[in-house]
This record gives sequence, C-alpha cells and structure tokens, in this order.
Amino acid sequence: MSAYAGTGTLLRLWLRRDRIMLPFWLYALTGYVASTALGFRSLYDTPASIHDFASGITSNGAMLAFYGELRAETLGGLVSWRLGSTGGAMVAVMAVFLVIRHTRAEEETGRLELVGSTAIGRRTALTAGLLVGVGAAVTLGVLASIVLIACGLPVAGSLAFAAGWTAVGLVFSAVAAAAAQFTENTRTARGLALAAVGASFALRAVGDAGPGALSWLSPLGWTGELAAYAGERWWVLFLPLAATAALTAAAYGLADRRDLGAGLLPTRLGPATGTVRGVFGLAARLQRGTLLAWTAGFALYGAAIGGIAEGADDLVRDSGGTREILERIGGSGAVTDTFLSAMFGIIGLLVSAYGVQTALRLRGEETDTHLELLLATPARRPSWTLGHLVWTFGGIVVVLAACGLAAGTVRAASTGASSDIARLTGVALAQAPAAWTVAGAAVLLFGLVPRASQAAWGVLAAFGLLGQFGPLLELPQPVMDLSPFTHTPHLPGADAPLVPLVWLALTALVVTVAGIAGFTRRDLMS
Amino acid sequence: MNDVIEVAGLVKSFGRTRALDGLDLGVRSGEVHGFLGPNGSGKSTTIRALLGLIRADGGTARLLGGDPWADATRLHRRLAYVPGDVTLWPNLSGGEVIDLLGSLRGGLDPKRRADLLERFELDPKKKGRAYSKGNRQKVALVAAFASDAELLILDEPTSGLDPLMEESFQECVREEKRAGRTVLLSSHILSEVEALCDRVTIIRKGRTVETGTLAGLRHLTRTSLQADLDSVPEGLGDLPGVHDLVVEGTRVRCEVDSARLEPVLRAFVEHGVLGLTSRPPTLEQLFLRHYEEAR
Repeated sequence: MSAYAGTGTLLRLWLRRDRIMLPFWLYALTGYVASTALGFRSLYDTPASIHDFASGITSNGAMLAFYGELRAETLGGLVSWRLGSTGGAMVAVMAVFLVIRHTRAEEETGRLELVGSTAIGRRTALTAGLLVGVGAAVTLGVLASIVLIACGLPVAGSLAFAAGWTAVGLVFSAVAAAAAQFTENTRTARGLALAAVGASFALRAVGDAGPGALSWLSPLGWTGELAAYAGERWWVLFLPLAATAALTAAAYGLADRRDLGAGLLPTRLGPATGTVRGVFGLAARLQRGTLLAWTAGFALYGAAIGGIAEGADDLVRDSGGTREILERIGGSGAVTDTFLSAMFGIIGLLVSAYGVQTALRLRGEETDTHLELLLATPARRPSWTLGHLVWTFGGIVVVLAACGLAAGTVRAASTGASSDIARLTGVALAQAPAAWTVAGAAVLLFGLVPRASQAAWGVLAAFGLLGQFGPLLELPQPVMDLSPFTHTPHLPGADAPLVPLVWLALTALVVTVAGIAGFTRRDLMS
Repeated sequence: MNDVIEVAGLVKSFGRTRALDGLDLGVRSGEVHGFLGPNGSGKSTTIRALLGLIRADGGTARLLGGDPWADATRLHRRLAYVPGDVTLWPNLSGGEVIDLLGSLRGGLDPKRRADLLERFELDPKKKGRAYSKGNRQKVALVAAFASDAELLILDEPTSGLDPLMEESFQECVREEKRAGRTVLLSSHILSEVEALCDRVTIIRKGRTVETGTLAGLRHLTRTSLQADLDSVPEGLGDLPGVHDLVVEGTRVRCEVDSARLEPVLRAFVEHGVLGLTSRPPTLEQLFLRHYEEAR
C-alpha cells in the first residue's frame, strides 16, 4: 500500500485548510434542508392544500424542468421535489470545489511538489483530495437525514433522500478528480467539472419536462428516480456508485500516466512577442475566456427557457383550475409570464456568481503577486481595478442580454410575436442592477478587508437562500429587503417600476467606488 | 551627488510584528548599492515601501526626489523592479509578459530586448507556467534591463540563476552602471555583491547595522595572522584588538581588529620574525558577524 502512504497526514492537513469553508458548506446545505422542510410543513398543513399546490406543479412543464417530477403528494414528496435536484446541484458544486482545491490547485501552486517530495505515495495526494469530497458528501447525508427525520418525515424516505444527495457528492467528487488530471490549469479543471454539473442539470431538466429517458443519463436525475418518500427504489443507488467507481478508476489511471504538475492536454507555445498592452489589455486577456463561456452557457439556458415556456402554457390550457391557481400566484400575467419571471429571477442569481467570480479576480491577481509586478510600473491602482471591473459590470450586461435575446428569439419563433425578443431581453437586463450590487460587495470586501474577499461568495449564498426560503419561513420584510434580489421587479408580468432598479444601480456604484477607494489607500497583501 | 534613495528611520509593523524598526538607507546616483541582511530582516518590506506598494507607519522615505506613496505613478516611470519571487500569468508567454511590462513602463528597446533574450538564453514562446524559477526571473530581468529606467530595484534577482547566467547578469549590471543608472541590489550572493557593489547597507531586524564602502567595512573586521617568531612576546593576548590567540611553541595564531594591527606587528618584529602570513577578512566573515548577531 506504499502508493497511498501518508494519506491520513495529508487528509488532516486538507481538513485544517478547510476548517472554515467545509463547515460553511455543510451548515448552509443542512440549513437549506431544514428550512425547506419546516417552511413546507407550515404552508401546506392539510392534504388538500398539498394537492392544490401539487396540481399546480405537475401541470407546469417549467416547474418540472427546474425542480423535477413531483412523485408523491405528501410533505416528504414536496421536500424531495424541491431539494433533490436543485439542492443536489449545490452538493455537486461543493464536491467540485473541494476536490479541485486539494488536487489540481495544490499542484499548480507547486505546494504539492514540496509535499510530494516527502515520504508519501504516488496516489496519496489524489486519494486525500477525493476523501475530502467523499467525506463531505457522507457527512452531509448523515446531517440531512437527521434533520429530515427530526422534522417528522418518514425514516425510509429521509434516508433515501439523503443517500441521493450523498451519491451526487460522490459522483461529482470523482468527476472533479478526473477533470483535475486533464489540464495544468486549476481554472480550466474546475470549469470542466462545473460544466459536467451544468450538463447533468440540463439533461435532467429536459428529461423531466419531456423525454423522461434523458433523466436516467444524469447523476442529478438519479436523485429523482430514487423516488424518496414515494416507494423508494433503492437499487437506483447502484448507478451513482458504479459511476463513482468508474470515474475514480479513470482518475487514478490518468494520474498514474502523467508527471507531477503536468496535464494530459499538452501546453502549447505562445507568441514570442506580445500584443497585450497596458492594464486594460491584460484584464481583457485574463477575463475574456470567462465571459465567453458564461455568455455561451447563458444563451443556451435562455434558449431552453424560451422553449419550455410554450410547453408550460400548453399544459395548463387544458386545465382551467390550475390556470386560475397559477394566475393567482403569479399575478395578472399569463402562465408563461409567471414561469419566465421565476426563471429570470434564478438567472439574476446565477449571473451574480459571474460578477463575484470576475471581481474576485482582483484579489487573485494580488495573492498571486502579479499585482506587485504591475503596480511597480506607472500603472495606477484605480485604472488597474477598472480594467477588471469593466468586464465584471459590462459582462453581467452581456451575459444577461445573450440570455434574454436567446429566450426571446426562441419564444418569438413559437408565438410569432417578434416583440417578445425586445421584451424578454429587457426582462433579462432588469436583473443587472441586483447582480451589480453583489459584485460591488465583492469589490468592497477586496478594498477594505482583502483577506476576507472570499466572503463575497457567502454574501451571494445568503441572498440566494434568503430568496429561496425567506417566503417559506415568512421572514419579516425588513430582513427580506436586505437582499438586492428582493428589489428586482418580477418581470415579465408586473409593471416595470424603474425606481428600485435605479436605487440598486446607485447602491452598486457607491459600494464599488468605496471598494476602489479603500484599495488605493491600503497596503498590498499577498 | 543627489541621493536617489533617502530613507531615514523607516518604521512598518504588520500586526504585532515590527518588520522595519527605524531603518536608514541612502543610495547615491550612479552607484550599485548592495542591500544585505538575513532572511526576514526587512529587505523586501523596505523595497515594497519604496515602491509605494505598502505605506510606512513612520520615518521618511524619498525616492528620486519624490514621495514613494503619493507620487508612485510619476516615480515608476523612471524605475524598473524585479521581485524576488517572480510569478507569471500561467497562460501568457514570456515574450508577452516582457512586452506588457514594457508597454506599462512606456516602451522598451526592441534591439536591446532581442540582445538580452540571447544573452540570458530565454525562450520567449513558453507559457508562464512552463518556466522554472530561474527562467521566470529572466523574464522579469529582460523586461527591466530593456527599459530605459534610471533606477533599477532588484530584489534577490539571481537566486534561481545558474553560474553562466549569473555571469550574464553581472555583465548587464555593469553596463547599466556605465550608462549612469543607479542599481539597488538586494542579494545573498556575496561574490556578486563583491563584484558589483560600490557601497553596501547591512540590516537586521528592521534596522541598519552597517553602511559604507566594502573597503571601509573590511576595515571594521579582523585580519588573521600566523607568525613564527624567535620568542613569544609577553602579554600579547592583553593587547587591545587581539582575539582567539593560540600559541604552539614559537608559532602564534590570532585574529586582530584590522584597525589595531600596528602594535601587534611591532611586538612581533621586536621578537624576531621568521615567517608571517596574514589573511584579510573575507566578506563571509564580515557578513556572518552581522548575521550571527541577529540570533
């Protein structure tokens, strides 16, 4: 077993490095489970109210696409429907971040070389990294099942639901471990693994809204097929276990065939002379790939939304009662508008992640000590900051516009109303001020408390969770008002009040300027 | 001659750690100034304060006649910096980084760039992540030497270079000096300091302990003497400045403060000298003396 020597030591080191991030993930996801279960329990306390809610879901293709199929008209069924796939996607993201952080990221920084020169085995580093992801998934499963059972849900279903989440964590830990072998670049490896999460979610969404067989191809679909609280199909768990085993074997196989620090994809030579000029040119070079990937992903997402919106309308047309219910929830607009409004709300949250990611590139450049090299030249701190923030704030607009244009074009093709293109683009762009505000918070942290910059992710997660279960827990309005997403009007459907959007944009501007001002006054800290 | 760098009583604390504790540093125009001190003594912190990357808590610092923090942009047009630990963007080639830094510093001489690439045997097509430590330093060195900065600030620039490249580096520094430029060279390589520097400043624990020309510093240290005498003088060990005296028969070995050689030699001559070897202090001894006091 000398190939695995020292795994325990390394694992302890990794866990020490994760002493903040890992508990945060576990608390947040467990809290998500608890609040969803408690919220549903207080909102739908009679079989009749559950049935009303359920008939709204099952007749709406969009709800099916986003959350998956509702398999039982019980409290457990609702919880499993709401959390299985969307929450499962968060578990997958957690696994990817943890495993990449302890495999390729350690290798790219060269830290693993120091560790690798000691008496540890060839497979130790990968094993320890995988174990962090696997351990997190198992712990989360245990916590989630305890919480669900404590909320009074059936034991078998609770165990099945939690096992479903753990299984997703296992599969995507293995996916990340394999992705880490392909490229020398941490960002690329993480991107590959996250793309697998996205593809898996998309497959399941399309499968649940239409051809059901597609869901069986998706690890996130398996959480639904497990049928927690609806006559559990335990054998489905063999699928993720087999996939995990196969992917882990592939990761080890790839790792055994390459050198430390190298990837399977060869690095190409670059140009001998450069055309990258100035801090703006450099920022463009560093940011353009990220923007391109997000724009492409969001255009696809928009097209998908535009496509299913029509289905939602068709399904409901046959059932007058449901239509009435949905219109009561969503206001005066058509069923599709209610659906689109919910979808664009989620897009606003997701595009904020782009904002945080690109704004935190500022901190990344500082910790990588690239900034020291740049600021010893005549480059000014505000210009350098703006060079990146142009991509953050402009990029949010570009990504949203691409998403809205795609949604509108697809929608217009089926309705024949070309005005849908402009309308949905406008709706998408209305999400920008809230996303700017979150990105601005990241800049503020970078400028004032640089070492806590990563807390911007926590801010985004807090806002997202507030929007998700604030209404379920019936939180007071002042608490809800803390989140910029509360202030984004529900479009399309509602009138478009410009005032809150202007306020959000102003808030974003103020926090961003404060962040830049803080940065120009502080020491560099790598 | 104007001082290019004038630092007096510089103080900088990080939390409870006092990184700079009243540091003084003066670099004259046109000289190559060695900046020495044990690890963690505050060399890089001083340089970062001079570059306006961090703000000092106390004392004064002037760089090229300006304030390093307030006038950073204006001053940086006139200097080039090579950090001790050069990290490059993983997906930019070395050539791209050289030209990027050149564009930021207001352009570089393409002929000199090509010449330097050849002298440092650097392949500019490789991507940042493919370079070794030494090659990353070469990228920053080429960018610095190819600019027409009047001040070069080099923070342990050769720690990753092989001896051949060290040779090229020393040649480049001499050319800069001939062109009238000023160089602040932080280094641990004593032969390099001895070969290049006009004056040196030694610091430890954030304070300056010694500054001056190498010859002047040597004067402050001890010379090793070994003499075969007709007879051993009485009270040799009591003479001021004599250390580590060893007497074996008529052979005498001792270390003598360089400023106090004369009375010792006189005593030797009075007792008949059969043989005498004298070794001047090495730089190593000079530095070790200062470094060890840091413990």
